[in-house]
Parts: sequence; structure tokens; C-alpha cells
Amino acid sequence: MQPLIKTTGVQLSFGGVIAADNIDFELHSGERLAVIGQNGAGKTTFINICTGYLKPQAGKIYFDGTDITSMTPRKIVRLGMGRSFQLPQLFTEHTVRECIQIAAARQNARLTAFKPLAATVDTREVESTLELVGLREDGDALSSDLPEGKRKLLDVAMALALRPKLIIMDEPTSGVASEDKHGLMQTVMNALDERKVTSWFVEHDVDIVAQYATRVAAWINGAIVADGSPDEVLNDPRIKSEVLGN
Amino acid sequence: MMYAISAIGAALILAAGHFLPWTITPIIIGLTYAIAALGVSVMMRAGQVSFGHAMYACISAYTVAFIARAYPGTDAITLILAGVLVSVLASAIIGVFMVRYRGIFFGMLNLALSMVLFALLSKLYHITGGTDGLRIPRPPFLGMTLERESFEFLLLGLALVISFGLAWWVQRYFRSGNGAALAAIKTNETRLEYLGFSAYVVMWRGYLLSATVVGFSGSLLALIQGLVTPELGLWLRSGEYVFIAILGGAGHAVGAFLGALVFEAVKLTSSAYFPHLWQFILGFTLIIVIFLFPKGFVGQLSKRMKL
Repeated sequence: MQPLIKTTGVQLSFGGVIAADNIDFELHSGERLAVIGQNGAGKTTFINICTGYLKPQAGKIYFDGTDITSMTPRKIVRLGMGRSFQLPQLFTEHTVRECIQIAAARQNARLTAFKPLAATVDTREVESTLELVGLREDGDALSSDLPEGKRKLLDVAMALALRPKLIIMDEPTSGVASEDKHGLMQTVMNALDERKVTSWFVEHDVDIVAQYATRVAAWINGAIVADGSPDEVLNDPRIKSEVLGN
Repeated sequence: MMYAISAIGAALILAAGHFLPWTITPIIIGLTYAIAALGVSVMMRAGQVSFGHAMYACISAYTVAFIARAYPGTDAITLILAGVLVSVLASAIIGVFMVRYRGIFFGMLNLALSMVLFALLSKLYHITGGTDGLRIPRPPFLGMTLERESFEFLLLGLALVISFGLAWWVQRYFRSGNGAALAAIKTNETRLEYLGFSAYVVMWRGYLLSATVVGFSGSLLALIQGLVTPELGLWLRSGEYVFIAILGGAGHAVGAFLGALVFEAVKLTSSAYFPHLWQFILGFTLIIVIFLFPKGFVGQLSKRMKL
């Protein structure tokens, strides 16, 4: 089966710091990949490369069989790749519902200059996306007024509203109180399952990784040093000492 | 409710124009300021303040003058539409590179271009009349050749219709997908790109609408004054449009009209009673308004009534 994402020999360095060291990587439909690694290991850089924000100095990136190496984020998104951010990237002067509506307008690929935004999108689709992430009651609230956990959910929901094949989430539980992390992650994973979206998320919390990932890749100094089932990777002695700090 | 208030306001303006004909010219000039500020407020939705948008009013006004002089007898409506059309074409070309810039660069580049236009209009005397400008013969209105009073009264009616139409259009745009995306540029352009939209295209469309609206103000101004001069495109004029847009607020199309009303009222009364202090009073008013209502009058109104 053709991988959803495939990278071959991807390299990127900033001065003397190697952020991506000849990375060969594949992700298949249906997987839930967790990426772990210390700060500065290159996890977010690799996401930025795959989503078009950074261009690799060498190597190729394919998404669903299409070479996206030199594409802009906008074009990659149009192929079916959504993304959420470590710091939620919202439209802070728009309501929660409007944020989803703008994203949902992407489905019919048009932003008209005359017809009201709400009339250009499928209202049921917008409401179902809000419902999926538990934000329906907050629909009329300004996105900037939401607490951090809900801001994270809205960030994911905006990507979800694009009806993507893959969502890449950069630390979806960071900045959220530890007692709320599992609830947030459960909501996100239920939503992804409901929409049958493949996911890849960066995470520092080992419990979250063990519970929600079907596959784990560990990063050290811009390279993947372990890749396999959560059991294999999380119990690897090298990963335990160098990544998890046990 | 907004429509009812607007209709009452329009009726009062027409009554004033009918019974006090001397009020027509200042009212139309006030409306042209409001229309231009409305255009400027479109780009302010994206967080971009242009200090050069008066150039589009100027382009439109000079187009009216050139055509009216070259083809005497051309109808006022045709002149207005021609002026706006040329303004739109100019903005479509200038916008191609202008919308790549943000913040101070956007503001200053617009200003720089408007000053180039100002210099050209001032220096090319044989074509533009230099700083003396060009006189415009009174054109027929809907095929009728009118005396000055009738012409000005009809022009007042037309200015009101255009004001309503543009306010409705701009407000409709603010609520549209493109308008929402334009406002999203202000807070998170990166995210907009990560939703698959081109911020460049969204900005360009907004810039086009903005110049179109300002173009209407230039055409109307040219016809009511019967004279166009390079001052129409001066950066000070652009600054006044920005001033009005900030006073009124960019949250709703009605903001530009409220801003123009207050601007003209403060300017007229302060220059009448404090002729040496009117600029000080105008500046002081802006400081007070920004301090008390950071989102302009319309921001304050939005809190009290659903706009």
C-alpha cells in the first residue's frame, strides 16, 4: 500500500546544528504516530518541513504519492494535510464558529466577496465539527476568550474542518493542566476516528503516548533512532535513558 | 433599525438641501470624506493602514475632469462610472505588488506612490493644469441640462444613494467569506495559509474594493467642486481619511459615516470659534476618542446595540 507520507534522505541544518539528518520516513493511512524526543531534537522542524513551512536542503517528501518538497503550505493543505500548532493558531477576533466556518469554506475552495460566510458553508458540517470537539456551546464566544484547553481543541477542529486525510499535531496537550490532558486527547482521538483521519502528533507525556499511539518514533539530534510499537520504543533502554530521561 | 436611522438621516439631509441650498456643497463634501474613509476602513480590517489612498480619489477625479473637458456633454453618471473604473484599473495593477507588504511598509509605500502622483500632476502643467488644476464644466444629469442649484440637489441625492449602496456593499463584504478572511489576516495570516487560502489573493481583492470605494468619492468630489487639483491626492488628505476611519471604527460600515460627521463637526466649529487652534482641537479629539473608544464610535455602538 502506498504510504500517506514518505520522505527520502531529508536533510536540513541551521548553521552547525543538524535539525534533520537524512530522514527516511513513512506513515500509512490509519496509523496514529506519536513522535517523542527531547526539546531541540528536531521534531517540530520535521513537521515544518513536511507541511511546507521549511524547505529541506536535500531529500524528497511525498504526500499521497505527490511530490510536495517544494510546495507551499497552502498547496499541501489543499492536497489533504491539516495541521495544529504547539501554540494554538486562531483568528482571535473571530468567534469559534467563524473560525470553523472559514476553514470549512476551503472544502468548496471559495471565499466569495458578497455572499455571507455562513451561507457559503454547510451549516451541519460546521456544527458537527464543533460537536465533535465539544465546542458547540462555545460557538458564539470569541476564540481569544477560550481557556487554553479549548483553544487547543479549536486549533485541531480548524484542521479537522478541512476534511483532511492526515492531521499533524504539534504537542496537542502542552500548556494544558495534567488532569485535563487525557480528556482533551480522548476528545481529539474520538473526533479523528469519527472522521477516519490518520494522525501524527508530537508529545512529551509518556502516558498519553502509550494510551493513544499505535506507533512511536523517537527523535535524537535530528534523526529517528527508534520506530515501532509503543511497547517496543518506550521500553527501549536507549530511549528510556536518552529521550525519556529515566 | 440601522436602515430606519439611515433613512431618517437621508430625509433630513435632503430637506436641508432643499430649504438651505448652501448646505449642499459641504454635505456632499462630507459624504465624499465618509465614502473615502469607508474605503480605507476595508484595509484596516486586515490591520493595514494606507496613508496614500487619496491617490485613488485623485485618479478618479482627474479622469472625470479629462473626459468632461475632452467630451463636453458627457453625462454626470457616465463620468462618475468612468472615474471609478480607471481608479479600479489603477488599483488592480498597483495592488499586485502593494499587497505583498504589511504594516508600516504598506502604509508608506501607498504614501510614496500618492506623492509620485501628486508630483506628476503638479509638474505636468500642460496636461494637468499644474497646481491650478482643471476646471470641469457642469455636465448634464441623466440627459438634462440643469442650473447650478438643481444640479447640486440632484447630485446630493445621487451622493446619498451611492453612500447607501457602498455602505451596504462594504458591510456585506465584511460578512462574506473573503471579508472574514481579510479580517483573519490581521490576527493570523499564517493560519490562513495553513487553511489552504492565499492571503495574497484575499488582500488583493480587499485592496481592489477599497480603491473602488475611494474612487467614488473622487468622482463625486470633482463634480461638486467643478475643479480638480493635485491636493486631492496629497498625503494630508489620505491622513484625514485614516483619521475619520479611526474615529468611526472599522467594525461596521456605518463607522466611516459617524467618523466623518464628527470630523466635519469638530473641524467646522473649532475653525469658526478657535481659528488658530482647530488642528490642535482635532488632534485632541482623536486622542480622546482613541483613549475612550479604541474601536471607534462603532465599537462602542456595537456593545449597546446589535449592529
